[in-house]
Amino acid sequence: MTLGSQILQYIISGISIGSIYALVALGFNIIYNTTGIINFAQGEFVMLGGITAASLVTIFHVPILIAFLAAVIIVTAAGAFFERLAIHPLKNPSVITLIIITIAGSILLKGIAMFIWGKDTYFLPSFSGDRPIHFLGAAILPQTVWILGITGLVVILLSAFFKFTLAGKAMRAVASNRMAASLVGINVKKMVLFSFALSAAVGAVGGIIIAPIALMDYDKGAIFALKGFAVAALGGIGNFGGAIAAGLILGILEALGAGLISSHYKDAIALMVLLLVLFLKPSGIFGSAQESRLKKF
Amino acid sequence: MDSEVLLTIRNLDAYYGQAQALRNVSLHVNSGEIVTLIGANGAGKTTLLNSIAGVLNSISGKIFFEEEDIAGLPSEKVVARGLSLVPEGRQVFSPLTVLDNLFLGAYLRHGRKSKEKIEEDLQKIWGIFPVLKERMNGYAGTLSGGEQQMLAVSRALMARPRLLLLDEPSMGLAPLMVKEIFRHIAELPRQGTTVLLVEQNARAAFEVAGRGYVLETGRIVLQGSITELLDNKEIKRAYLGKGYREVWE
Repeated sequence: MTLGSQILQYIISGISIGSIYALVALGFNIIYNTTGIINFAQGEFVMLGGITAASLVTIFHVPILIAFLAAVIIVTAAGAFFERLAIHPLKNPSVITLIIITIAGSILLKGIAMFIWGKDTYFLPSFSGDRPIHFLGAAILPQTVWILGITGLVVILLSAFFKFTLAGKAMRAVASNRMAASLVGINVKKMVLFSFALSAAVGAVGGIIIAPIALMDYDKGAIFALKGFAVAALGGIGNFGGAIAAGLILGILEALGAGLISSHYKDAIALMVLLLVLFLKPSGIFGSAQESRLKKF
Repeated sequence: MDSEVLLTIRNLDAYYGQAQALRNVSLHVNSGEIVTLIGANGAGKTTLLNSIAGVLNSISGKIFFEEEDIAGLPSEKVVARGLSLVPEGRQVFSPLTVLDNLFLGAYLRHGRKSKEKIEEDLQKIWGIFPVLKERMNGYAGTLSGGEQQMLAVSRALMARPRLLLLDEPSMGLAPLMVKEIFRHIAELPRQGTTVLLVEQNARAAFEVAGRGYVLETGRIVLQGSITELLDNKEIKRAYLGKGYREVWE
């Protein structure tokens, strides 16, 4: 393989893992935009999605499409349940309280997952075989195409939802001004519940489509949450377009770093990016400094 | 105007933590009136409107709207009963378009049957504030202060309230824009919307209102028709300034 096609290979695998980071970051942004908090349980939704789909397919021999839908529904319900149980009962909580609760939630979800699935690793077969497609000397797994297509579809559906539907507009209204939103009759607490369910669903989709490439176990959530958070920060928290671009950037950096330097440094790259962003430009490369000054967190 | 009572407040107290912001406030608004509530900064005017609209819940006392006690209801339930607040400082949804702001104003009315009626109301708003129609696809945050105030009032009207609470609509606006906004406020009762208007700009408020209350440090200290209030020396001195008569007559 020439160096050129090798780099192309790294970039392609970077784009596919980057898409997943982007999906996790979108989940962060959906909740941040309606509540102003960072939901650190977001990574657990990804893990739950992947592990649920994998166990449905390998243990119960459910067809992949049905396993996909069932896993998304189950994780969405888990997200809604988490909000009802841990966020909803609080009266006027501070942002820091809520964030600590989401950290507790992530530990709890991880514990429940270990209780159900044990410490085994679960594998989800690729959606359409493993025969690579050759492109300019690089080998592309069919799953990569699935990842890109489904991520693109999720992004389009989410944008359409926020732009054109009444519920989507209401969620944006809550994000922009809570008091004014309740003054026009929007039930803010319901929108918060809805945002948790929606971001759980998005996280689950990410977990399911990456499962054939990255094996799933109960402990996978934290690393996705960390990378997704780095991406959300890089893209500017709350900024959807920024999250997608930043996800691809981090994914490619990581793949190039792993391929050209050493795969041991893969996770260090994400952490370095996160630290650099927080030190140098906390509003993210795509967020405006003016906007971030108005944010609570 | 001799008609039914729309809003009655009895012995209302409101608190911010330990601090009491309203003491034993009682007032009423009849259907078809414009009632104004004037007072200095910090007198509790905004607190009173927020208590009525359900934004502030640490209150005691009774608030009857159309004979039902609404004290302590959350704001989304108060709106559903036909009482809307245009909050202080306009509070439009800046990142949403003008059109979306208005659609969300009618949030509780959306459904299969109401589409035409909402469209009708939208046409009415375009008729009142043609500027908003010109800017309908622009972001609310990019409007001027006066246009944002028009949008905030229009958004509240999209809920078809029977009582509209206005919190300092003149705040931060140029005098000409104040005139324009108040001209439209004066029209509201004829279109079926009663108004409770909170203002620091007593001159502008007295021009459109029929009755008024004066709030000082959380208490109602004076009330009466606008003519009675205008005859009061204390009011003239404190809220209108010397030479008010000479300027306005």
